Amino acid sequence: MICKGKVWKFGDNIDTDAIIPARYLTTSDPQALATHCMEDADPDFVARMKAGDIILGGENFGCGSSREHAPISIKAAGVSCVIAKSFARIFYRNSFNMGLPIFESQELFDAIQDGEEIEVDSTAGTITLTSSNKVFKINSIPPFMEELIADGGLMKHIAGKRGKNEKR
Amino acid sequence: MGNTITEKILMAHTGLKKITPGQLINAKVDIALGNDITAPIAVKEFDKAGGKKVFNKNKIALVLDHFTPNKDINSAQQCKAVREFARKHKITHFYEGGNVGVEHALLPEKGIVLPGDLVIGADSHTCTYGALGAFATGVGSTDLAAAMLTGELWLKVPPSIKFIIYGKLPKWVSGKDLILNIIGRIGVDGALYQAMEFTGETIRKLPMADRFSMANMAIEAGAKNGIFAPDTITREYVKTRAKRDYKFYASDEDASYTDIIEINAAKLEPQVAFPHLPSNTKGISKAGKVKIDQSLIGSCTNGRIEDLRIAAKILKNRKAASHVRLIVVPATPDIYRQAMKEGLLEIFMKADAVISPPSCGACLGGHLGILAEGERAVATTNRNFVGRMGHTKSEVYLASPAVAAASAVLGRIASPAEL
Repeated sequence: MICKGKVWKFGDNIDTDAIIPARYLTTSDPQALATHCMEDADPDFVARMKAGDIILGGENFGCGSSREHAPISIKAAGVSCVIAKSFARIFYRNSFNMGLPIFESQELFDAIQDGEEIEVDSTAGTITLTSSNKVFKINSIPPFMEELIADGGLMKHIAGKRGKNEKR
Repeated sequence: MGNTITEKILMAHTGLKKITPGQLINAKVDIALGNDITAPIAVKEFDKAGGKKVFNKNKIALVLDHFTPNKDINSAQQCKAVREFARKHKITHFYEGGNVGVEHALLPEKGIVLPGDLVIGADSHTCTYGALGAFATGVGSTDLAAAMLTGELWLKVPPSIKFIIYGKLPKWVSGKDLILNIIGRIGVDGALYQAMEFTGETIRKLPMADRFSMANMAIEAGAKNGIFAPDTITREYVKTRAKRDYKFYASDEDASYTDIIEINAAKLEPQVAFPHLPSNTKGISKAGKVKIDQSLIGSCTNGRIEDLRIAAKILKNRKAASHVRLIVVPATPDIYRQAMKEGLLEIFMKADAVISPPSCGACLGGHLGILAEGERAVATTNRNFVGRMGHTKSEVYLASPAVAAASAVLGRIASPAEL
C-alpha cells in the first residue's frame, strides 16, 4: 500500500476527546463524524486538509476512550494513514480492526516539518520525504496484524475463518 | 519462571500451557460489555457480518448509561438500536431506565463480573474489574461485535509492572489519591500496553471501593489492565453477589516484571490532577488558589456508596459556596437507594447539590453538567483532557470525593483539612 500526502503534525498524547469530542458521539455515521475530525486539537483541520493527507503524532497517539468513532472519523475525513512515535493500545487495535492504516516511526516526527509531503510504502516498510528523498523505516508489525489488514479488518477475518471451519 | 496473575487468567482462557508477554492469543471471553455509544457500531458490525445468533446471551452486558436519560433524538435512536438488538437476542444483562447504573459500578454490584473472569468491554474503563482479580480490558466496537459473535477475542499478552504500596494511608487519602499519584509518577503512557499489578500491605487492607477507583484509572497510564490479587476483602464483596463459580488467581513468587515500583503511602497527601492530563498531578498543599465553578462527585471512578458517605461527612451542615454548582451522581440505582436510606441525599440537598440520575453524561461532556468557556470544575472522574467536560477553554481538576466536597464548600480547590 502507498499513501502519499501532506503531513499534519500534532504533539504527544493526542487523546480521543481531541480526535472526536464526545459531544458528537450521538451518531456513528462516518460522514457526520468526519466533519468534526481532530476538532479540539485543530478546529480548522477538516476545512484545510485534502484527501490523502497524513496525520503525524508524537507519543501515545489516541489515548483515552475506546471510541472507535476516533479512527472512523479520521478515515472518513479522507486521511490516508496515521503515523506516530507510539499509539495508545485501544486506538491501535481499533485501527487494525476497522481498516485505518497506521504506522509507527520514532525518527520521522523530529525530522520533518508540518506541511511537508511524504510517501509511505507499507510493503517496503519505508517513509520517503518527497523534498529530499530521505528515507525512514516503519516499525514492523506482527504477522497476525498483516493478516487482519489483508483480510480487510477483524469481522472479515473472522468470517473467513468461520467459513473455513464450516467447510471442514 | 513463574507467571503473573494476568498471565494465569489469560492462560486459563486459551487452553495453552504456557504463554509469554508479547504473544498474540485467542482467548475465550466470560463477559463482553457495550454501552449506548459503543454498542450501536458493534450491532451494525454484527449484522453486517451476517451474525444470526450471539455466542451466549448470558455472557453479554449491554448498559445504556452514557447519553441517558436520552439527551436528544440522536442518542435516543442509538439506545433504540441497542434495545432492539438486546430484545432480539434475549440478552440477559440488558440495563436501561430505572435499572441502569454506570456500567463499571453496576456490573460488579450485580455480580455479573467475578474474580478470575476474562472481561472485554467496548469502554476504556472496563479495566475497573481488575479490582476483583479479573482480567478486564477496554476494546473497540468491532472487537465487541467479534466477541458477541464468537465468544473469543485476539489479545496480546501484556508484560506486568508491579507496584508495592506500603504504609498507612493518612486521613483523607484514598485509593483515588494513590492512583493519581502513580499516574503522576509514571505518566499517561507509563504503563503503555502493560498490566499494572497493585500489591503490598496498604493494598491488602484497601477496601473494594478504593480498589475499583485504582483499577479504573489504569487506562489513564496507558495500561492494558490493572489488577489486584483477590483476598478476603474480595470474597466478602462477591460472596453475596455471585450467581456462578469464580476463581482466585495469584502471581507466583518468581513471576517476571518489567519494573517494580515501591510507594510509601504514609507520605501522601490528597492529590489533584491539573488540566489537561491525568498525570499532571500535585499534592493538595501545592495546588494554590484555584477558584472553581462546579464540583462533580460521581462516575465509574468515584460514584460508589463509600464515596458518597465521605462526601456527606464533609458536606453535613455545610453548603456549597454560592458560585459553585455541586452535582452528585450516585452511580447505580442501588447506591441511590442506599444513599437515600442513610440520609445522604438529604445532606446533599441541604448543601444545595443537584442530585443527578445515574449516568456517565457529565464526565465525558455529554450532558447533565457541561462547562462553559473559562469555567473550572473539580471532578472525581478520571479524565481532564481539553474539552472533556464541555468547552475547549474549560478546565477539569481530578480529585477524590473528599477534596471535591471540601472544594465545593470553600469555592476553590481545597483539602477537607481546611474546614
